[in-house]
Parts: sequence; structure tokens; C-alpha cells
Amino acid sequence: MTNTYKDTYKEEANEQLIELEATLLELEDTPDDAELIGRAFRAMHTIKGSGAMFGFDDIAGFTHEIETVYDKVRDGSLKVTNELINLTLMAKDHIKSMLDETPQDKDTFTQSSAEIVAAFKRLSSKEEPSISPRMPSSFEQASSSQTEGENITYRIRFKPSHDIFLTGTNPILLLDEISSLGESKIIAQLDDIPTLDNINAENIYIYWDIILTTDRGINAIKDVFIFVEDFCDLSINIIDSDKASGEHDEYKKIGEILVEKGDIKKEDLQKVLTEKKYLGEILVDKGLVTPDKVESALVEQEHIRKERDRLRSKEEIQTSIKVPADKLDMLVNLVGELVTVQARLTQTASDYNMAELNAIAEEVERLTGELRDTTLNIRMLPIGTTFGRFKRLVRDLSHELGKEIELTTEGADTELDKTVIEKLNDPLVHLIRNSIDHGIEPPDVRKAQGKPKTGNIHLSAVHSGGNVIIRIKDDGKGLDKDAILAKAIEKGLVAHNAELSEKEVFSFIFHPGFSTAKEVTSVSGRGVGMDVVKKAIDMLRGTIDIESIRGKGTTITVTLPLTLAIVEGLLVTIDKNYFVLPLSIVEECVELTQKDVEKAHGKNIACIRDELVPYIRLRNEFGISGERPPIEQIVVTGRNGEKVGFVVDSVIGEHQTVIKNLGKFYKDVEGISGATILGDGNIALIVDVPKITRNVELVEAVFG
Amino acid sequence: MGKTIMTVDDSTSVRQMVSFTLKGAGYEVIEAIDGKDALSKLEKNPVNMVITDLNMPNLDGIGLIKQIRANAAYRFLPIIMLTTESQESKKQEGKQAGATGWIIKPFKPEQLIAVVKRVLG
Repeated sequence: MTNTYKDTYKEEANEQLIELEATLLELEDTPDDAELIGRAFRAMHTIKGSGAMFGFDDIAGFTHEIETVYDKVRDGSLKVTNELINLTLMAKDHIKSMLDETPQDKDTFTQSSAEIVAAFKRLSSKEEPSISPRMPSSFEQASSSQTEGENITYRIRFKPSHDIFLTGTNPILLLDEISSLGESKIIAQLDDIPTLDNINAENIYIYWDIILTTDRGINAIKDVFIFVEDFCDLSINIIDSDKASGEHDEYKKIGEILVEKGDIKKEDLQKVLTEKKYLGEILVDKGLVTPDKVESALVEQEHIRKERDRLRSKEEIQTSIKVPADKLDMLVNLVGELVTVQARLTQTASDYNMAELNAIAEEVERLTGELRDTTLNIRMLPIGTTFGRFKRLVRDLSHELGKEIELTTEGADTELDKTVIEKLNDPLVHLIRNSIDHGIEPPDVRKAQGKPKTGNIHLSAVHSGGNVIIRIKDDGKGLDKDAILAKAIEKGLVAHNAELSEKEVFSFIFHPGFSTAKEVTSVSGRGVGMDVVKKAIDMLRGTIDIESIRGKGTTITVTLPLTLAIVEGLLVTIDKNYFVLPLSIVEECVELTQKDVEKAHGKNIACIRDELVPYIRLRNEFGISGERPPIEQIVVTGRNGEKVGFVVDSVIGEHQTVIKNLGKFYKDVEGISGATILGDGNIALIVDVPKITRNVELVEAVFG
Repeated sequence: MGKTIMTVDDSTSVRQMVSFTLKGAGYEVIEAIDGKDALSKLEKNPVNMVITDLNMPNLDGIGLIKQIRANAAYRFLPIIMLTTESQESKKQEGKQAGATGWIIKPFKPEQLIAVVKRVLG
């Protein structure tokens, strides 16, 4: 295509040159003819202008020099002389040969160009030095090269003059073009619109505030407005950039934005700030600023926050890599092995009692600890992904049941082991369903009780020591203690005259098949659910706790260990066997003497600080023979408000345990949830506290 | 319907290039060789935009812009001037005459399209 243009240009230039020659010859006779001078000038101008467009830069550059001289002739500061005409004719011939140029001639041409230009300069330089031979390089708009890369947010106020339409400008197109530069928000400002009788239909009274985030640089923005720079008030301010966003976490307050933009005086702002209300509202009420201005500031605030969020998430993407979960599991396993070996090393070192070896063992211990923490940390994920799914659940279910419920969440970024999160999903779904179905009342009932029509379920997650506490709190009708108790008595779970604490009553709902719902809905009421929830939470070595106030709502608290791979345990022995009890549920350890046992009259109950605590002899549970020591130990555990003691021979102490599965053959062994290898190579079994407790309860219920 | 743009230039090559570029972008193009030619063609053919050179015989660009603006039908017509003069004075003169914007020669087809988009859409 370019070649076609080039040919056309050559043709055209040749015509122009012939015209130029004729004009010059005429001019020789009538050197003062302005008309002829103009014609010569135009001929050169066209050769230059078109030449530059079609790649004849050398011709354009050369002709520019001559044109510059003729510009002076045109305005009369230089006289047409024979010398000038001669020189110009020479130049014309030179241009002609340049047009027919073949590549190898280039150097010669450059040289003779320089000679002719020098001659022209000598002729005219008596007055002033010439302009640089460089052509006005290129299109202004595009030449304003941008420093690309960094995203900068600008605040632009574009206020066209009232009569801007007379220049043929359509401001909307400019706004469109601005929008195309990046993420932008445009707010129209209407406060300059006069009353109807003062409106001139051909005028514009609107102006715009634009918040734009772009990586194209300020010149790109100025370019858009370059045609109208004389016909508008334009202000462009940088209000945020990638770099700046790290410095302050919160973007400016709305008042600051308004003051900065000059929309309001600082003193006025101070005055107003003493009152408490939304600042924007107050300012508008007081007539200090129009609603549009406030909106504009609000949009700006919002925009920047969003941009920063986006930036943050982008950074996260850039600094993270995806790894298959099984690779991570492998790593965790290896670290587990390492921890075990390290324990043995420490043990062995202390046996030999060599200072040097001890030093090494300690160092290895420290490093292993760090490695373990780091590795486990890798598997931590924010619980927020699970939360997100619940929003949909709540929306769909409440719709189905004709209730109005909103789900609020808190602590979505709380991190939890990946496997825990996965296994947590189902129990949480059950709990939320319960809240929706049993907890939150229908809108009319709520209204009658003076509650807001829309019910609220609040889901929160928070770290607490080595645990994560997840709460599901609804503002529904709460649990009916009496109904639960009645049902429990009916089901024979408890004697009808038993005195039970609120917590104990509530814990009945965890029994399999327990439901007080009068009708079964598609959502819940069949009595499956809570026991499943409890089982799942137990599997995760967590606990579940219920608080409820009649008419006010229910809070269910689930406490979970951060990770499943490692358990902080209490190491105990029975005969020559080692056992580990999860430390998270251990409340205290007390001695159990022969005398205490005799006092209890054959019942497995100990009196600890005036409180009766039932206990389970692990020796019996696991069928361990051998002599009982005269003084045994009770490890008292507390779960769901119930205290249960476990009797062991002796307590060794805290032990951080890497959990090993028991393997296929032993997977059905009840009462043991796993095993771990001790420093000296011994194996300790991890006691499945909930399971044993439940088993004993069942036996008691049957034979008790 | 495509919008119609008039290109006014005494240089055939420039006209050709402008015309080809604009047609490629979906516009209808009317060519005029100078200001006078442009005015007479404008009377017969309604256009949505004018792109004019400044230095032309008979009637130059500035004169053309003034006359177009004097016509009530074209008071708000987008007019772009093509100029090799980057000097403020010429640009200023054109702006005062009522030009919407300008393109400095030499320019590339993309630049032309960008400007047309800006003032015509």
C-alpha cells in the first residue's frame, strides 16, 4: 500500500517541481510579486509535508530548510535576488534527483544536500540563525510518550467553556476517550446549570469530575484534551499511585478530598466536623457543597479503595505459586518423620551427655521446629472461601422457607489447615441450616415480636491460641430448653426429675435421632444433623458449644485445632504403654489414691474440689493387665461443659506429637485415633477421647 | 450508515492517504482539492466532519474554516486542520477561526483515526 502512496507522491512532487520551476522563472522577472512567492512557497510546502508522510524524510528535511528561507521572503524580511533564484533552482534539481534516487547514491545526496542548505543559510543568516533541520518530528498527540507501567490514579476536573460546541467539539467523545485509558469513574456536576429562562440551548453548563486509574501517564490524559485546552478549565491531579498505596492503608477522608479540590473551605469543614452525622449529608444540609460534589468525592474514595484492593490481590497472585495438595501432604509427612527423628536425637544426646552432641541436638531441634511451623503454615488457607459458599446457601434456603435472612461474616481471612477447612464445610452447612430453619422466625412473627423483619446470621472465625473459634450466631427464637428436656425424658435419655444445667440440656440435641421439630421440612427436622455435626467436629478434634437465650437467639461455638497433622498432647503411661491425650481438652491432672476409690463405694466418681467428676479407667478400657500403682492419676478433660476424667498410671508431660495413621488393619480399633513415635523409639497411642466417652456412656445407659 | 468526512488538500497523495485510511475505518469520504472546491461540495453534500489542509491555493484552510462556521448548518461541525506548522501562531489562528482540532504532518494512519474518533466518534 505504501508503495502506491509513494508513487502518487513522486508523481505529485514532480508536478510541484515543474510548477516551482515555472514560478521561479517568472519570479526572476517580477521579484516582488507576492502571489508568485506564495505559489513557490506552497509548492515547497506540499513537497515537504507529503514527503514526510510517505517516508521521504531526506526530501522533507531538505525542503524544510528552503521553505524556511522562503518564509522570510514571504514576510518581506528577505529580498528575492538572482542568487536566491539560482540557488532555489539548484535545490529544485536536487529534489528531483532525490526523488529518482537509488539507494547507492544516498551518501552523495546527503553531502550535496548539506552544501545547498549551507548556501541558503549563508544567504539568509545575515539576519538570524536557522531553525534546526529536524522536522517537527511527529504528531504531537502520539509523540507524548508515556512512562508506562505504573498505575497512577488521577483526579480530573473537566469544565468546558459554555460555548465549546462552537468549536465543533463533542465533550462526550472526550469523556469516552478518557474512559478508554483505564479504570475510570465519571461524575457529572450540575450546579452550574442556570434557571430555565437563562439557558442557552447551544451552550453547555455541565462539567465533570473524572477519577481515572491508568498506566499511560499524565500526557496521555492531556492529549485527550489538547484540542480544547483553550476552551475549558482542566485540572489534573495525581491522587494515588501504586507506590503511594503502600504508604497509607486508608485513602483520604471525604472531607480532605473536598478541601483539596477547593470545593469547600477548611474552616467550614472544621465547624461541621464537630457534629456527628455522615459528613456528606451535613455538608449538603448546610449548603456548603452540592450533593454532586459529595458524590464525586465519594466515588473518588471508592475508586481508590478498589484500585488498591485490586493491586493487593494482583500482588498476591504474583507472589504465590500453585502446588498440588498431595505434594504438600508429602512434605508434611516428611517433616513429621523429621520431628520424630529429631526427638530421638535429642533423647540420645542427653543419654550420652556429651556437651558437643547436645549443642548439635539443640540446634537441630530449633531448626526442625521452625521447619515444622513453616511447613504447616503452607497448608493454611483462609476460611473465607467456605464463607462465600454459605451466602448462596442462606439466600436460597431463606427464599424457599419464605424468610428474610442476611448472612454477615467476620474473620474470613482467618487461616486454618486445608484439610480442616474441607472437613468443616458439611458441619457448618448443617449448623447454618438449623439456624435458618429452627432459629430465624418468619418475617411476620419477627415483626410481631418487635424484631427487625430481616433475621441475621453472623458467621465469624477468630484465632485463639492454637485454636480457631468459629461462631454461628443467629438472632432467632433460641432453643426451647423445656421442649428439649421433655423430649430427652421421653426418649429416656435422662430421668424426669434430674436437675440439669442449661448446657447439659442443650447437649441433648447432639444425640442421634433427637428432634423437637413438630414437622419435618425439606431442610431439617428429621433429627439427623446435630449428631453428625458433633461427630465431624470430634473427628477434627474440636469441640462444640451451645449458648442460647429464648427469644433472642442461639450462638454455636466450634473450637478447632489449627492443624490435624500435629497435636499438642499430654503423654501418659499405663503399665509400660504410652498414650497421648489431646492437650486442648485437658483441664487438670489430679491424684487418685486408693482411699479416694474406697470412698466412692465402687462408683467411678472422684470428688475434685467439691465437684463430682466421673472417670474412666483407661487400663480397663484397653484391657491392660498388671498391677495398679497405689497412687494413680486422673487426667480431667472438659468437653461441651462436661467433665470426664481418665485414669492413668502416671503423667509424663506435654508432648508435641506428629500423628501417624494406624494403617489398614487397625483402622477399626475403637478408642484410638492414631499413633506417634516417641524420642526413644517407643510408640504412643493417641486416645480418641470422644469415642471412649461415648462408648462408656452407652454402656452405662444400657447397664447403668 | 457510515458518517461522511470531507478531506480537503491540494496534495493528491495526502488526500489519497486520508481517504484510504478513513474508508478502511468505515467512513464515507468526499475529496476536495482546495477551500473553494470544498465549499461548493459542502453545499451539495452534507458531511459530518471536515479535515482540511491549511496551505492551499484559491481558498486556504483558515478561510475555509471561517466560511464553514458562518454556515448555520455547520456551526457545530467538527473540523480538523492538517498542518506542518507546529507553531502556536498558525494553530491559534485556526482555533480562532473555529477549528475543532489539528493534526501535525507527518502523521500515521492510526493517528488520523484516533483524532477522528475523538471528535466524531
